[in-house]
Amino acid sequence: MSRSDPVPLATARLRRSLRHPWTLGVLGVAVVVLLWFLISNSGVVDKLFLPTPQAVWAAGQTQWVSGILVKDALASIQRVFIGFALSAGLALPIGIAMGTNVILCRLLEPLMALIRYMPAPAFIPLLIIYFGLEELPKVLLIFIGTFFFNALMIMDAVKFVPRELVETARTLGGRRLPILTRVVAPYIAPQVLDTYRINMASAWNLVIVAELVAASEGLGKRISLAQRFLRTDEIFVGLIVIGLIGLMIDLGFRFLMRRACSWAN
Amino acid sequence: MHLQVSNVCKSFGHGTQAKLVLDQVSFDLHGGEFLALVGSSGSGKSTVMRLIAGLDRPSSGSITLDARPVRSPGSDRGMVFQKYSLYPWLTAAQNVAFGMELQQRPRNEIRERTAYFLEVVGLADAARSLPRELSGGMQQRIAIARALAAEPKVLLLDEPFGALDIQIRESMQEFLHQLWRQTGLTALLITHDLEEALLLAGQVHIMAPSPGRIVRSVTVDLERSDMARLRVSSDFLQLREDLAQSLRSLEPAGRR
Repeated sequence: MSRSDPVPLATARLRRSLRHPWTLGVLGVAVVVLLWFLISNSGVVDKLFLPTPQAVWAAGQTQWVSGILVKDALASIQRVFIGFALSAGLALPIGIAMGTNVILCRLLEPLMALIRYMPAPAFIPLLIIYFGLEELPKVLLIFIGTFFFNALMIMDAVKFVPRELVETARTLGGRRLPILTRVVAPYIAPQVLDTYRINMASAWNLVIVAELVAASEGLGKRISLAQRFLRTDEIFVGLIVIGLIGLMIDLGFRFLMRRACSWAN
Repeated sequence: MHLQVSNVCKSFGHGTQAKLVLDQVSFDLHGGEFLALVGSSGSGKSTVMRLIAGLDRPSSGSITLDARPVRSPGSDRGMVFQKYSLYPWLTAAQNVAFGMELQQRPRNEIRERTAYFLEVVGLADAARSLPRELSGGMQQRIAIARALAAEPKVLLLDEPFGALDIQIRESMQEFLHQLWRQTGLTALLITHDLEEALLLAGQVHIMAPSPGRIVRSVTVDLERSDMARLRVSSDFLQLREDLAQSLRSLEPAGRR
């Protein structure tokens, strides 16, 4: 076949759609769902352990109609957002301060690096003893589990601001504060957003862990209730909803990054 | 304008670990002059520049600008780095305006001067481009425009064309010479390229390493109207060869 031969139309279309960045991702999800469907419906595995996609969909619909799903999701989202907003909001000035001030960095970095490696869920018993079973311990758990990562990663971003950019501003007559707001802040913005995006995933882990331990509502709570009644279909609903919300937040951060920091791509 | 560097020494480290990188460096630079410091790496030429910019402090000796000692960076000494110094999130015009904004000049003035200096460096068309959309040579011209727009008394150029391809470097040298003639700026150029120094500067100080010091100073008086011809003229080549030999014969002082 010579090179001038026209490629058949169908092949060309297939190639073009394969080149779309999402095609393979969607394909990967579809394959797993298809396997799930085939295996769960074949009867090889007990339906109690592996519910069919249809059953999960039905369970999800029931929860949606009764309003439980939305209520649970909102409860979890609210905890994540309050805890993470505190963490992100405080980590930003502290991370920047540590990145620009050697003394502060030497003082705080070892402490933070130590606490960072303490598994946040291990704080749950303490938090329950201190603050009971209400919202505060859950929000604090998310804060503890993400603050130190956020702060240290922002500190690193600040340390990697090219020296020339700061020194140029100084030779142009820039003083400390304008250099922070007009050079350091815009330079680290993309990394800060990426830091938040990555650590948001732990926030979601932690809210579910907290709710598994003690809560009256929330997606994690629903999962632990479902376990008690062997409702694996409801557990699947919970897992899938958590995953979807997380994915949406992740995409939201990516979108924000593309819009706000187009220069960094 | 009078920049005076006298008996400047600089060492890094402390006690027995201290390493002397500059030894008794002295020179003067007057308004409208173009001076070059030439030397290999390790000759301390960039350190001299950082001291003049106020980014570092000398261990001993003094640096004064119009009889006032240099203690910290200031907009009276504009600096152009070798690379990576444009703000990547700002357009070319915003980069040029940046220093004037730090100085909190009136908005109208900033707009006018930005347009003027973009014109001066021949990049009015690139005003809205981001740095990454510009070539290396264009980026350096924007960096020069930005430094000039802040109205420095002296422009410090630290290997400004060191990261550029040879052809672009030659056109940038011509550009810088034209700029100097047009605007009457005072410039201090750091370079390892002897030819570049001789093409541009009226005063050339040659620096030697370990410890960094000025070993030879020459006044260059060449007809520069046709730079392409100057590069191959016999006077120029002879001067260059003469100085190149003295550069080659330099040994670190400790080994003599």
